[in-house]
Amino acid sequence: MELLRILLRSNRFMAGFWIVTAVLAFALLGPTLLTDVGPFQRVGGLFNPPSRDALLGTDNFGRDVFTQLMYGTRTSLYIGLVAGFVATFIGVTIGTLAGYASGVIEEALMGVTNVLITIPPIVVLILLSVAVDARTATTMGIIIGVTAWPWTARAVRAQTSSLRTREHVAIARISGVGSLEMMLVEILPYMFSYIFMAFILQLTGGILAEATLSMLGLGPFQTVSLGTLLHWSLLWESVRVGAWWAFIPATVFLSITTFSLILMNAGMDEIFNPTLRHTR
Amino acid sequence: MLRVFRNRPYLLYLTRKAFWYLVAFVAAVALNFFLPRLIPGNPVSVIVGQMSAGAVESATLERLYTAFMRDFGLDQPLHVQFWTYLTGVLQGDLGTSFMLYPSKVWDVIRQALPWTVALQVPAILVGWIVGNVLGALAAYKGGTFDRFAFTGSLMLSSIPYFCLAIIFVYAFAVHWPLFPASGGYSFGYFPEWSWAFFVDALYHYALPFLSLVLVAIGGQAIGMREMAIYELNTDYVNYAKKLGVSDRRVVRYVFRNAMLPQITGLAISFGTLIGGALVTEAVFSYPGLGSLLFTAIRQVDYPMIQGITLIITLTVLLANFLVDIAYGFIDPRIRAGQVGER
Repeated sequence: MELLRILLRSNRFMAGFWIVTAVLAFALLGPTLLTDVGPFQRVGGLFNPPSRDALLGTDNFGRDVFTQLMYGTRTSLYIGLVAGFVATFIGVTIGTLAGYASGVIEEALMGVTNVLITIPPIVVLILLSVAVDARTATTMGIIIGVTAWPWTARAVRAQTSSLRTREHVAIARISGVGSLEMMLVEILPYMFSYIFMAFILQLTGGILAEATLSMLGLGPFQTVSLGTLLHWSLLWESVRVGAWWAFIPATVFLSITTFSLILMNAGMDEIFNPTLRHTR
Repeated sequence: MLRVFRNRPYLLYLTRKAFWYLVAFVAAVALNFFLPRLIPGNPVSVIVGQMSAGAVESATLERLYTAFMRDFGLDQPLHVQFWTYLTGVLQGDLGTSFMLYPSKVWDVIRQALPWTVALQVPAILVGWIVGNVLGALAAYKGGTFDRFAFTGSLMLSSIPYFCLAIIFVYAFAVHWPLFPASGGYSFGYFPEWSWAFFVDALYHYALPFLSLVLVAIGGQAIGMREMAIYELNTDYVNYAKKLGVSDRRVVRYVFRNAMLPQITGLAISFGTLIGGALVTEAVFSYPGLGSLLFTAIRQVDYPMIQGITLIITLTVLLANFLVDIAYGFIDPRIRAGQVGER
């Protein structure tokens, strides 16, 4: 609770937090409150400019861009969340195990992690997406998550190995606490702020990875996401015909979402990492 | 320890690195081989089935089927297939393209690769250098300069590459037509070593290059600022200041020490930035690997996709290895043999 009070005082964190909340509210409540058409419903012709009927005009199929933006933001955030949870879960598990176990197990786990870090993530993402035939938003989130965990694993391992030498861990060991309980009770809780920050970064990375894959044409089927919106505008040349309403909203929403998440992260970094505060 | 490495810590460092890169290379080739084989059923009939949805003659289909069956070697057991694939790759044989049949995948990639390298390597390097100087300045000066530089960098680095690219195309090529909106050179030109072509290519280069560099600057500046602030608070800096060592000299020490992790950061950039950079190419229809990948995915050209991912991995591994070699030269602790692996 003490931590929460400090967080509430950080301007950067709060600014990021409110923007994220606004985007989230728009994506969750928008489809029921702000529109009465579906994301795939035709409401006009090819690239109608913004009007009272369609606040942000229509896209190449005559669909309402404003409605698509809400549904698209929802899908993108959902994929980012799934990816963030999967990546953080795998990363924390492997990192804690490697940091706590030491010896051969640590060597093996970190060897795998380091090799996977060297291979560019986009490559594995493309190959996996091509191999998975029916991509839903959930499968995309999982695909992104299982390729993104190595960074978290490496960072968590470093934290765990330093925590392992703390006194309270030594005392617990003398009292005969088992390995699993030790990791869950004596080590994990001390890394929560750290893990939460890693999660925010993974969430941001997940949203970006979705956009990248979708823009390349490997997006989720039968769903709108911010990435697929941009993919269509690329395929249908909306940029070159100057139909700004078809691509600027998705571009701005992607940038705003990632910016505010990174802002939150920077705010937390300053608080949990006192060495980063400027002394001058 | 082996005798060859005695008193040669740099050689030991290099051999270790080379070993790990070899492992990563084999892992990457294995992923490239196995992941497409996760496609349920016989991939060749799936592929040919998808193609027959379009209007392709049955004679052509049959020829394709035999060609791909031979390429994939699907009648062989898995480990034989993998061996065939591995020896093929090592001989530069990446199979035959579907969409540009009967062109070899490698021949198509070979034409696109120079454009990608010429666009991305300078963008990453320039972004890295400018970003580091900016980050160090922000950390040193503090105050208003720092606040503006930091927030600006944060903003730049959180704009996805392709978003900035889209905005640039719209703003500077469509709304104000100052630069060409697409391609690597004008219609009617042909890639050759001539002055006219060079100028034309440079004109097409400007926008994609700028959109990549700006985002790269942001990310690097943030990292450097963090490192430099950390260094500025260390004991040796405080001690030097108390001794009355001149500011310029202190800054030089701080910069050099903060620089080391940033060199590792350069290696990371090559791997993580390539994804966004590929899409940037697609946005500009730049004649590199990104645009090729975009088309290959739309046309379900598996051998081409597989070839491109493999070449990207190899290029990134090679770039990382070069950075690691340089790092070994620069970090005196490695020459002295005081630092273990990773």
